[in-house]
Amino acid sequence: MKLSTKFNELKGKNEAALLSYVCAGDPDIESTPGIVDALIKGGADIIELGLPFSDPVADGPTIQEASERALKAGMNPDRYFELVASLDVDVPLVCMTYYNLVFQRGLDSFVEDCVNSGISGLIIPDLPAEESEDLAKACANKDIDLIFLISPVTTDERIKMILEKCSGFVYIVSRLGVTGARSDVTDATAQILSRVKTDVPKAVGFGISNGDQASRVVSAGADGVIVGSAFVDIIASGENVNQRLEELAKDIKDGCRTN
Amino acid sequence: MSGPKYGKYGGQFVPEILMPALEELEEGYEKYRNDPEFLKELDYYLKDFAGRETPLYYAKNMSKKYGVKIYLKREDLVHGGAHKLNNTIGQALLAKYMGKTRLVAETGAGQHGTATAMAGTNMGFQTHVYMGAKDTVRQRMNVYRMELMGATVHPVESGSKTLKDAINEALRDWVSNVENTHYLIGSVVGPHPYPMMVRDFQSVIGNEVKQQIMEKEGRYPDSIVACTGGGSNAMGIFHPFVEDKEVDLVAVEAGGSGMKQTEKAALHSASLSVGEDGVLQGARTRILQDRYGQILESSSVSAGLDYSGVGPELAYLADIGRITPRVANDDMALNAFHELSLMEGIIPALESSHAVAHVMEAAESGDLGELVVINLSGRGDKDLEAVRKIDLGE
Repeated sequence: MKLSTKFNELKGKNEAALLSYVCAGDPDIESTPGIVDALIKGGADIIELGLPFSDPVADGPTIQEASERALKAGMNPDRYFELVASLDVDVPLVCMTYYNLVFQRGLDSFVEDCVNSGISGLIIPDLPAEESEDLAKACANKDIDLIFLISPVTTDERIKMILEKCSGFVYIVSRLGVTGARSDVTDATAQILSRVKTDVPKAVGFGISNGDQASRVVSAGADGVIVGSAFVDIIASGENVNQRLEELAKDIKDGCRTN
Repeated sequence: MSGPKYGKYGGQFVPEILMPALEELEEGYEKYRNDPEFLKELDYYLKDFAGRETPLYYAKNMSKKYGVKIYLKREDLVHGGAHKLNNTIGQALLAKYMGKTRLVAETGAGQHGTATAMAGTNMGFQTHVYMGAKDTVRQRMNVYRMELMGATVHPVESGSKTLKDAINEALRDWVSNVENTHYLIGSVVGPHPYPMMVRDFQSVIGNEVKQQIMEKEGRYPDSIVACTGGGSNAMGIFHPFVEDKEVDLVAVEAGGSGMKQTEKAALHSASLSVGEDGVLQGARTRILQDRYGQILESSSVSAGLDYSGVGPELAYLADIGRITPRVANDDMALNAFHELSLMEGIIPALESSHAVAHVMEAAESGDLGELVVINLSGRGDKDLEAVRKIDLGE
């Protein structure tokens, strides 16, 4: 499913999207389909599936450790696309990975594999808009959304430039730092949301771990909330994983129905 | 000034959150690099604090044994014991001019961390150094040196616990504290403008060699040989000679325990010689990676060369045939470490020993010509314990 279709559908229902991130193959390849199902059952509207990289500089310890577990379990791009193709889901899937894996596979091949396995969008956190021209071309040819990030320190000039290149949704980082669940969701969120003027849906990520925070982010004007580390923490704990994922997704999704 | 790219290499592959900081740094560097006040202060620090200029020493015993004229550029005599201080003085001063109050740095062997602590404490910064946990053990004395100078050393337990992981952590710190912090990268790696800026600050080495060799020999050397991990001492001595095509520039990488690799790790650190085109830690360059693009751990007896990538400009210069990549393995480096100590009364750093080892191997073949300059990038004090243990078979 296309990302725009999903966001439009949710807009019709006056609710924000829950975008949930997990790392494919964490803790092992067999667990991923069940994890994805649990998240969707709990209310996840879009699934971001991480393709693990050995040196994830934009991520904090939680997701770095998830990447290490997945790599250890044998996850690689070949298996990733097989796994994604085998998922039986009716929500959009987004691939999140680092540029060297895309580069090494070849930009066109990588995008082709995304199309064939049912992925609708790509997030590459170490690929700023300036370096994205080649991949943007490959994505446009195959109608894959290329999603960019905007942070609180991104200048207005850069925001404009990034929005020109961004499709699907724009990933707004609510605070400085790397990924990781935090208890504070600051005023910076409202501020940055007001600076990003676009028709492209705005999803806010970094540090959101419960329904209350989600609700505040949605009240501030977000079209979606992105939750990663809080889910990954549950997977890392290894206890009642799928049940707890479903419960947390439900709690956060409730927060997305604020309006 | 070079742009962000060297041929197809270089660029800025970093999280969006860092892009404004890189823009600010580019602007800052552009503003101050030719500012008379800045240059005057830089010159003062290099001369009176670091101890420049360093001698170009004629290694008479080594020359006699190997039948070519060998000069050593004595970066081991810089305050702190390595060339690293040239760059940390430059960047710390720039950070001061830009109004930053906090420095973060990564370090492998500890030389760059030490040099950052020196410049940082002298200029009044709060200094945080990230170091692979494995390296904090093999370079214990450098950790102590940094702490003596007021720096906070953070051992990094993730990944391979070496330089590559320390860089990841330093980047994360910078991402989190970008407003008051300058990330003081220690080599000609990372996103633009670092490779260019570090090269410029290190070019003092090559510029001095140019003058010194003319005074002593009346001509440029046939070869300049430098060890290469990230490549800062190599670019520093090579850069002023890049246009002088008659001078061969030889970059010697760490061959580790063998030019092989396992599924997750290489037994060497020779990314320039056998690495492949890829994107690592902010730049497109040659890197050690598997067929999927996962970064392979590197290996070397010298922590300072133990890195999976290399500076993008070196990758470019290798592509166009301007520099010649060569490899010296652990045993050759250890042998050179001993031999230079015995012959000249100079104990080289294990990193520099790779360059010395290559000259010892290649001198007889005639490939290096008659007049050779080795960049003796650092002194071996920090390696004494490690080498002693290897000698004793511990």
